[in-house]
Amino acid sequence: MKNFAESPRAWIIASLFAIMGIVLVARLFNLQVIEEKYELMANDQAIYRKIIYPARGAIVDRNGKPMLYNNVTFDLMVTPSLVGKYNSMDTATFCQILGLDTTSFSKEMTKVIKKTGKEKPGVFKAEISKELNARLQENMYLFAGFELVERSARSYPKAAGALMLGYLSEVTPAMLATDRFASYRQGDYVGMSGLENVYEEELRGTRGVQYLVRDVMNRPRDAYKDGTMDTAAIGGKELELYIDAELQAYGEKLMSGKMGSAVAIDPKTGGILAMVSAPSFDPNLLTGEAKGRNFAELSKMATKPLYNYATQGSYMPGSTFKPITGLVGLDVGAITPSFGYPCGGGYYACGKRIGCTHSGGGHAANLRVAMANSCNAYFVDVFRKVVDFKDYGGVHTGLQKWHDYMINFGFGHPLGVDITGELGGQIPDSSYFNRMYKGNWNSCNMAIIGMGQGEIALTPMQIANAMCLIANKGYYYTPHFVRKIGGDANHPKLAKYKEKHTPMHITADAYQAIIDGMEMVVTNGTGKVARLPGINVAGKTGTVENYAVVYGKKTKLDNHSVFVCFAPKEDPKIAIAVVVQNSGYGATWAGPVASLMMEKYLTDSVDVKRKALEDKMFNANLIKKYTYVIDSMQREKDRIRWELKMADKNMQAAMAKRGDTILVDRMMEKFYKIKK
Amino acid sequence: MAQHRKSVLGRLDWLTVLLVFLLVGTGIMAVYTSEYTSFSEPFFDMQRSHMKQLMFFGISCFIGLVIIFTDSKLFFSLANLSYLFGILLLLVTFVVGGEVKGSHSFIKLGSFTFQPGEACKIFTALCLARFLAAADTKFNTLRHRLIAAGIVLLPCLLIILQNETGLALVYFAFFFPMYREGLPNSILLIGITSVVLFLSSLLVERLPLFIAITVVALLSVWVLWRQIQKQKAVILFIVGAWLIAVTFSQLIVPYVFKNVFKGYQVERIYSMLGQDVPLEFQKPGQLAGKDADYNVRQSKIAIGSGGLTGKGIMNGTQTKYSFVPEQHTDFVFCGIGEQFGFIGSTLLVLLYLALMLRILFIAERQRSTFSRVYAYSVASILFFHFAINLSMTMGLAPVIGITLPMLSYGGTSLMSFSILLAIMLRLDADRHILIR
Repeated sequence: MKNFAESPRAWIIASLFAIMGIVLVARLFNLQVIEEKYELMANDQAIYRKIIYPARGAIVDRNGKPMLYNNVTFDLMVTPSLVGKYNSMDTATFCQILGLDTTSFSKEMTKVIKKTGKEKPGVFKAEISKELNARLQENMYLFAGFELVERSARSYPKAAGALMLGYLSEVTPAMLATDRFASYRQGDYVGMSGLENVYEEELRGTRGVQYLVRDVMNRPRDAYKDGTMDTAAIGGKELELYIDAELQAYGEKLMSGKMGSAVAIDPKTGGILAMVSAPSFDPNLLTGEAKGRNFAELSKMATKPLYNYATQGSYMPGSTFKPITGLVGLDVGAITPSFGYPCGGGYYACGKRIGCTHSGGGHAANLRVAMANSCNAYFVDVFRKVVDFKDYGGVHTGLQKWHDYMINFGFGHPLGVDITGELGGQIPDSSYFNRMYKGNWNSCNMAIIGMGQGEIALTPMQIANAMCLIANKGYYYTPHFVRKIGGDANHPKLAKYKEKHTPMHITADAYQAIIDGMEMVVTNGTGKVARLPGINVAGKTGTVENYAVVYGKKTKLDNHSVFVCFAPKEDPKIAIAVVVQNSGYGATWAGPVASLMMEKYLTDSVDVKRKALEDKMFNANLIKKYTYVIDSMQREKDRIRWELKMADKNMQAAMAKRGDTILVDRMMEKFYKIKK
Repeated sequence: MAQHRKSVLGRLDWLTVLLVFLLVGTGIMAVYTSEYTSFSEPFFDMQRSHMKQLMFFGISCFIGLVIIFTDSKLFFSLANLSYLFGILLLLVTFVVGGEVKGSHSFIKLGSFTFQPGEACKIFTALCLARFLAAADTKFNTLRHRLIAAGIVLLPCLLIILQNETGLALVYFAFFFPMYREGLPNSILLIGITSVVLFLSSLLVERLPLFIAITVVALLSVWVLWRQIQKQKAVILFIVGAWLIAVTFSQLIVPYVFKNVFKGYQVERIYSMLGQDVPLEFQKPGQLAGKDADYNVRQSKIAIGSGGLTGKGIMNGTQTKYSFVPEQHTDFVFCGIGEQFGFIGSTLLVLLYLALMLRILFIAERQRSTFSRVYAYSVASILFFHFAINLSMTMGLAPVIGITLPMLSYGGTSLMSFSILLAIMLRLDADRHILIR
């Protein structure tokens, strides 16, 4: 028997075996310990990060009634680069389930790729129906790259409050680029407007992540590491509103067939009780599969239901501004409550007559009477007395002083209501008139502002807020919708609505004088329609002249009917401003709407005696034909402007590319006499 | 010599048996864990691969025992006959052979498929051993060397014709025992060098490779300095070898890849290595960075993602969820690599090395040349399977269908290795007897 050590060739062969072993171990070391990419690649392939979407926060009204319900819907998402990567895609079956043909399949696919790129998941079909979802779930493993993602969608039992609640939609690329939505992924749903948008951070909750292991066929199989790395989804917070859902729905019904707005605020808190923008629409239209189509249809309508008339509509307040004029007059010291104006049916001090509906003697004997009779001359005079007040030494500073009052009353700038898109109306200052009259003007140029006409524009929200100020005799809280966030009334996001605004520190006596005048409006004056048995109501009518340019001519349209009121006078619980566009006298349309809403809120019902009035309001159609004419003209104008803009843009693009094409060169030469 | 009086079981080399059983156990575990999905599935289900493999193991043990209790001289006397039988089987396969995945190397008997090429390894080993052990064989003559090479290359050629290149390659393992019995050093050197050079010129960048070759050349000058002083021809030899190596790797391979091969050929060669085609070899119009062969890529991902300690038993996501194709058979190592990481994989490599070195040790203690050559053949066949299979799963060698001994799922492979080893153990039990 030989010994192993005696044979050198045995050693050589043994060493070769060992060397190979070393090579393999070295390679293993390289693959497993040094290289890190393989682990990433493995995770990429096998670990599926499933985002768990929490239930979106509910929204309830002041009585805890739900303003909306959460429904679960599914989006069919696709990651184009994964389609057909692991198994060949059974497009025919897929299309059959979805009810598509192959061309529209590839069209949708191209759309997704264009929108989000190949590597990121994009929405292939949004908010698919329950039946479709069930059928897809069964076969999902066949379609690698596709996944069904749960989304929370809303439905609205009362079909009211569409604009204030806002709607949910897929986050847009432009939004993703902003800091606020940086953490969102393409396909996520966000509140696009209204409360849904403003309180997005509170409503959305916290997304959870579930790590799943998937197999080669892209089927999720197991929890990764037994779910130890998963995070749970935390549901969104509930918003409790000041809104009274009943009142909101009632207001929308009263305002049906009209254009305009009704805003009701609780003066004590600034909480908005109802915000009607008419015409209103069913918020359920902006959910589900038909959302896009419905949205397009709504935005095409001449009556602009997507436009929030309550916070975006600017109106001359008309006579409803007279309490404000009177208030400033009293505070400045230009008048006292006993001041009277000898109105004989008009105001002539500025040359041109400013008409007044009354001519009888003594209809403007003092502030209270003048208010009750809504004497134009009286308040034009008061306004002029304010801006020309001797202490100010000139109309320029006088107007600036008046402007200060207005700004402090919440006019001329957005109030800061907690929904999107609020506008500020318009309050002119001296530089405005300097521009308008080239520096040469006096109080006569703007005298009609005193009666709420002219260069002044307020939103119904601002008018209602001013009523709160008067009702409270000196203070208001910024109007807002949300009372509690997740049961917390002191949520930091609500802090600014706890701030009490006391503009200009006007005396309670001055307010009392105005309130007395407004009470008389209802008891003896123009606003008798707002009388409620057993409740002292203070109000003011307004009939606003307004004009539009039709066929190149300034044309007088039907008056806006405006009404403001609050009640009870001694302890105000509700303040309302109502505007009904192009309908007539303030007491005919806006008055009843405001009064009925007030009655409904304060007494929970409407007196049987007023049923006829209620029916009249429900059934009236006050949308004038010229609304459609003006709208179509405006659209035509916009279209032409847009076309010109596009032509210009195309021209510039062509100019930029001119170096490339002979054709453009020739065109340049021909039409523009430009030679290259 | 007390050992003579012991029974044959007492004279068996139990260390080898233990190592083999460990490997088979590892293999069954690898098959089980790579199929495992939940505990709810019954373990003792004959339809499942690990149970089938257990059954194959049982059959193999039985066959092994039968072999152990035969006479050791039987194998010597049956060697040539079995070889002839093997060649006949290979030839018959051409006529009745079925096709499995493009190769015509299988004979189907009912539900049982049988690969003659696999069995023929045993017969060739026996025949070669008998030829080299014959008294009238003078292995230092060219004639006898050519005969020995012929014995090996005939089945090899037939298997190549059956389109089973991987298996055919294993027959080159027989050059190790021939080398042991006296084939010149240079043949082994040239053989190994050209394989290494070919693979490295594909896998390694050109400049580092040039440096490596030069370093090797300078090292050999330093090692052989004394001989160079005695004999000037040695330096010429080294310089010549260096020149050939450099020309081959720096000029010929790039030239052939750029100008001779078509795009798809280059792609296929690289994809068999699990590599992307390097930029310089990409033809115009060819997609840049086209995905390498799916199998190797997945195999590398599975092994690589194991990390140092592995993902833990039954936590291998890549193997469990079938990302790696053929993970029971040719790519069974992926499951080990992924679940047990670098440490587990290294242990497995060491286990194989232990077995192969043990067999070499056994080979060297034989009294008869027949037994020694046979044992060398066994060790070399194991080595070839081991080296090629692992290199392939790690992307070091082209993907050629070749099993990992004892680990890969499949009856034929397990049984043929069992028979191979059992015969060796039987011969080793009679190592003091001169078998001829």
